Amino acid sequence: MATDVTENDQIGEINKYNFRTETTGVFKAQKGLTAEVVNQISDIKNEPDWMREFRLKSLAEFESRPMPKWGGALDLDFQDIYYYLKPTGQSEKSWDDVPQEIKDTFDKLGIPEAEKKFLAGVKAQFESEVVYGSLQEDLAKQGVLFTDTDTAVREHPELLREYFGKVIPPTDNKFAALNSAVWSGGSFIYVPPGVQIEFPLQAYFRINAESMGQFERTLIIVDEGASIHYVEGCTAPMYTTESLHSAVVEVIVKKDARCRYTTIQNWANNIYNLVTKRAYAYQDATMEWVDGNLGSKLTMKYPAVHMMEPGARGEILSIAFSSAGQHQDAGAKLVHAAPNTTGQIISKSISKNGGRSSYRGLVRVEPGAHNSKNNVVCDALILDPESRSDTYPYIEIAEQDVQIGHEASVSRIGEEQMFYLLSRGLTESEASTMIVNGFIEPLVKELPMEYAVEMNRLIQLQMEGSVG
Amino acid sequence: MNHILKIENLHVSVGDKPILRGVNLTIKHGETHALMGPNGSGKSTLGLAIMGHPGYTVTEGSITLDGEDVLAMAPDERARTGIFMAFQRPMAIPGVKMADFLRHATTNVRNPDRKEGEELIPMREFRKELKEKMAHLRMDVEFARRYVNDGFSGGEMKRAEILQLAMLQPKFAVLDETDSGLDADAVRLASESIADIGREKMGLLIITHHDKLLVHNPPEFTHVMLGGRLVETGGKELAVELHEHGYDRIRKSYPEAEAANQEMLAEETAV
Ligand SMILES: Nc1ncnc2c1ncn2[C@@H]1O[C@H](COP(=O)(O)OP(=O)(O)OP(=O)(O)O)[C@@H](O)[C@H]1O
Ligand SMILES: [Mg+2]
Repeated sequence: MATDVTENDQIGEINKYNFRTETTGVFKAQKGLTAEVVNQISDIKNEPDWMREFRLKSLAEFESRPMPKWGGALDLDFQDIYYYLKPTGQSEKSWDDVPQEIKDTFDKLGIPEAEKKFLAGVKAQFESEVVYGSLQEDLAKQGVLFTDTDTAVREHPELLREYFGKVIPPTDNKFAALNSAVWSGGSFIYVPPGVQIEFPLQAYFRINAESMGQFERTLIIVDEGASIHYVEGCTAPMYTTESLHSAVVEVIVKKDARCRYTTIQNWANNIYNLVTKRAYAYQDATMEWVDGNLGSKLTMKYPAVHMMEPGARGEILSIAFSSAGQHQDAGAKLVHAAPNTTGQIISKSISKNGGRSSYRGLVRVEPGAHNSKNNVVCDALILDPESRSDTYPYIEIAEQDVQIGHEASVSRIGEEQMFYLLSRGLTESEASTMIVNGFIEPLVKELPMEYAVEMNRLIQLQMEGSVG
Repeated sequence: MNHILKIENLHVSVGDKPILRGVNLTIKHGETHALMGPNGSGKSTLGLAIMGHPGYTVTEGSITLDGEDVLAMAPDERARTGIFMAFQRPMAIPGVKMADFLRHATTNVRNPDRKEGEELIPMREFRKELKEKMAHLRMDVEFARRYVNDGFSGGEMKRAEILQLAMLQPKFAVLDETDSGLDADAVRLASESIADIGREKMGLLIITHHDKLLVHNPPEFTHVMLGGRLVETGGKELAVELHEHGYDRIRKSYPEAEAANQEMLAEETAV
């Protein structure tokens, strides 16, 4: 696999962390993927038999499936990858080993000290006990379960057996199968009926968590009438030594419940980020995905909402920013499986310095889904002639009485807009940053405050090319 | 302060189409100049060339501010040197709030040596000033939260341009039909505000087809443009005459310029 430093790749870009570090003192399974490796993972985790079987079946599924032919170029050698790095509780990697440019980026983003170490992979877990201990207590009192998924397998087997792998079965796609075989880490959340969590719940809050894994597995169950806003990721570049990341996120939103799941990810430039995210929304429930993707070599990610019962709503907001050597193949899927369901997709992509962004979206109205409404808006902004944007909208409609809208636009930063801002004393890079931030503003304003600020700051850094 | 904006023998083309054909104009700090002339004679072109629009190529002549070569400056440098233009057709910048845009612009223009990424002027100070200025222009504070010129009515757009003039306090300002699209009350308000902002604190070039803006801002000089040249210069009475009687006398007196004007118009319709 090509993970070597390619210096000319990304000079002046934020995503130039194409390096390898030798992680010492960390248990490593052998390279490559075999039943033995999968068994080993299950052994180490001391898992019940059902999970071991689930993993092994998933492995067989993975092996029997061809590589997807669509999306981006997948130049992956599955036998040249470590599938499990056992966190040792305390990581042996030292802060001194973290490259200066990463530290500089953290500084520029104003990331607090403790989070920096977590993000840089120095700490296997964020020191959240002290800060968020009382929060955990509060949640526990309300009956909210919030833990890492490994712990959940041990402590909440009844919920896990009922829901794990049900929204996204291993047979769904090759990468879901892969994740199902080797998954580790991720969040498990259960919100009991009627419980409204007022503040955004962040992955940071999770205690005893394994470090952000390559094959995270997240499961969220929002019971009837409950609501949650879950936030994961961070705009700081992810510092990681492994080049394949393939997460699975399953969400179940029951009757009258609400879930918003916000992700901001900024991967290093050597990363393949292949994620399957899907939610089932039941009667009158609302599911919203807010998804921001920056960096990576290739991201393939299409958050989905299946509207299973009447009155369900699905909304997907997605922002992609791709620069040199990056391909963001991002989009959304909405499946109307019941009458009177409403779906909306808003996608915004920005391509710069030869970056490529694709919108790939599916809207499906199944037989019987009368009176469904769906609206898709996708706007692409291309900053220079080297960059590229494509749109692949797929629409499958099995009913007559439905309202479907689709708007797509591709634009470049207009000379007149630029001149207007320059004539007010803004420099070229300030002006283009402002235009880009304006372009994504409709989505950024949906983010929690601190993320919105970080997002704008990050775009600014990307545009200035002032990091590294 | 004795700033001088000097335009000498200015020739400007768009593509290979000549538009300005030797404009001479000197504006001193504190003076108000009216620029009139029929449609398509080149008034906006002059303003855009002063501001440095990349689509308008100066093929001959010079523009200097206090002896410094303005033509060598990028548009943003011109702004930071103290040149401003209120546009005939301001551009919408969707998603960018007026307040953010203005804070950035004001910071840069007031601290011309600011490096990118350095602090903006403090939020509290800025807000206070912006609020005051908006109140003065009888603009609702909500306006600051709207996206720059996005979905603004014609009148709102022009008022927003005046607000920018008030915030940026340039040495020289070109106001390109800042009175058009405004109702009678709004014109009076705009006219008063421009006077308030302090026409004696800057050099003004007011491009207009009406005389309303000039009521509160009586020009020391009125220039008439025809066929890309300033064919006549007079005092306030010239503006009054043109407003009342139109350009017939001018067209007849300067047949060569009139021919050039017709030629430009013809090309325009041919395009
Ligand atoms: N960007 C452009 N591209 C092509 N032609 C242009 C451009 N800008 C100006 N022109 C032409 O130059 C001539 C002068 O235009 P300009 O806008 O300067 O006139 P004006 O005096 O401001 O007219 P008005 O009173 O209608 O605003 C016109 O023939 C116009 O079509
Ligand atoms: Mg004009």
